[in-house]
Amino acid sequence: MANEVLIEAVNLSKAFGGLIAVDNVSLQVREHTIHAIIGPNGAGKTTLFNLLSGVMPPTSGRVIFKGNDITQVSPQRRAHLGIGRSFQITNIFPNLTVLENIRLAAQAMGKDNFKMLHLADNFRQYIDRAEEVIGVVGLEGREWVLARNLPHGEKRKLELGIMIACSPDLLLFDEPTAGMSSEQVPDLINIIKRVVEHRNRTAILVEHRMDMVMSISNVITVMNQGRVLAEGSPHEIANNPQVQTAYLGDLYGELA
Amino acid sequence: MAEKPVTQKAVKKPMKVKEVGFLVFIALMALLPFVLNLITGTGLNEGVTKFWQGQLIAFFIMAVFAMSYDLLIGFGGILSFGHAASFGGGAYAFGLLMKHWAPNFVKENPIMLGNTDLTMLVVLLVVLLVVLLVSVAVGLLFAVTSMRLKGTYFAMITLALSTALFIIIKSTDLHEWTGADEGLHGISLPVWLNPTQNRLTVYFITLAFLCVSYLLLRRFVNSPTGRVIVANRENEDRMRMIGYNPVTYRTIAFVVASIFAGLAGMFFSIWNMSATPTMISAVTTVNALIMTIMGGMGTLIGPIFGAAISQIIQQFFYTWFGARWPLIFGVLFILIVMFLPYGIVGTWRLQKGNLREGWKRLLRLFTTKSEAEAPESGQKPPSM
Repeated sequence: MANEVLIEAVNLSKAFGGLIAVDNVSLQVREHTIHAIIGPNGAGKTTLFNLLSGVMPPTSGRVIFKGNDITQVSPQRRAHLGIGRSFQITNIFPNLTVLENIRLAAQAMGKDNFKMLHLADNFRQYIDRAEEVIGVVGLEGREWVLARNLPHGEKRKLELGIMIACSPDLLLFDEPTAGMSSEQVPDLINIIKRVVEHRNRTAILVEHRMDMVMSISNVITVMNQGRVLAEGSPHEIANNPQVQTAYLGDLYGELA
Repeated sequence: MAEKPVTQKAVKKPMKVKEVGFLVFIALMALLPFVLNLITGTGLNEGVTKFWQGQLIAFFIMAVFAMSYDLLIGFGGILSFGHAASFGGGAYAFGLLMKHWAPNFVKENPIMLGNTDLTMLVVLLVVLLVVLLVSVAVGLLFAVTSMRLKGTYFAMITLALSTALFIIIKSTDLHEWTGADEGLHGISLPVWLNPTQNRLTVYFITLAFLCVSYLLLRRFVNSPTGRVIVANRENEDRMRMIGYNPVTYRTIAFVVASIFAGLAGMFFSIWNMSATPTMISAVTTVNALIMTIMGGMGTLIGPIFGAAISQIIQQFFYTWFGARWPLIFGVLFILIVMFLPYGIVGTWRLQKGNLREGWKRLLRLFTTKSEAEAPESGQKPPSM
């Protein structure tokens, strides 16, 4: 694969007091790939996501997006540059309707945010875009439901919908299937595949479900205790003894 | 991507009840002085008729102030305890200029257009402009100082700021200008704007002020900007992740709310012909808070209801209970919060579906011998 690098982490570290959550991580994500990041709990996956999306500043290291250093760029600017993010813990606008949740995200990318004496509902393009996204994530017929009244599975879809409506080039999925039952997962995988393949987007995926990771990702990075343990194709990772050790615990490592 | 789904009435929502209610309100209020005049036989500028005009003027002004406060807390989720600073700021800006600048200016620089004397009009326009500028400045002051704070700290800094302004306005060093503790009295007004001599004019001006403010604010909360301000209330972090800067929108909310509060303060000082330190104190903010909570946060009609009720209650409770009236009012307020946690308008909006269902059930009882209850399903667009 010789695609260009879309986002790159260069020696990225993040320490919370004495705890080093992300330890000198370097990572290159190439365009038009689905790049999965896996690892046991506490490996630093979500912290890495927070650094890439700008939620927190790194202790050291740089983030390069489309060739520009964006380490100091605020999350809202990054959204405009083309980085979208979904959250592990559902993060929506609870007292607004599904349509409004997604419409707000669509509006964010437009140039009408400061028109204070126009009715928002007259900006048809954002509503159209929102309805398109509602179709993609499969929430048709739920437009007028308040987001907090949705069942969990649909909240996860809304979570993705809000991200997709911004039309980002890079999608950061933080455990999209968190808390979902196994029956709901294939549906969500299809949505992710469709969204990423459409317009040749790039995605980084943090996920615990191995079957899902193995089936949809092109590259897998394994993290453990804040460090990159291994990187490679799904096939390489599956047969990597180090990875098996990380997942099974150090006990086997010491015995060997 | 998937083909566009067919959605039921996506954009146009009928707002009939609201529009009709608004027009009825205007008509009622416009006719009221004349009706009172007919019933009681007292002249338009005397006795009972004049008294109730006064009560309603205070209601109109407080309603706008409460709406502007609701824009902050109900729509923006911005819990500011210093909103009275804008109210008092507008009042003092008006009072100071009208007392210390306008009289001399009028005497020394008469502006004539033919035979008509336009001096007063020009003076009032200039004063209005200054009031607007002061309001914007106060709004910006609050927005900038509280920019990085959240939750309790945010509320505390706003309280501290307004208290600081309160103390400055009260200071004896400024006695010559502000009247310190006693407040600024004896604001000179042209005869047509004088609430004792020409109350009916002031009545209609403040009524127009309420109506225009309501329409403008309603437009604002439904504008793209207003919608983002609501999103700020719902989830600030997510808002940031989809590309909005919360500080920008909070600042806009502060400034817009401050402008309406400042204008309300200006009218309040016209109505009282004075500006007092109480107008800047936390008591005034809490009054607006009580009105907003009673009427229903996050609605614009709610604060208007709240202001009306608070005004009526104040009047009657004072005559019934004397100086102890706030005690009784406190109990009543607790009961309202207990039984109508979303305020009057908020609870109505939540319950009107049930009410409608109840009436339908009642009707069904008389019309058909229905075997089982047919549950009504299907989502309705919520009103906003």
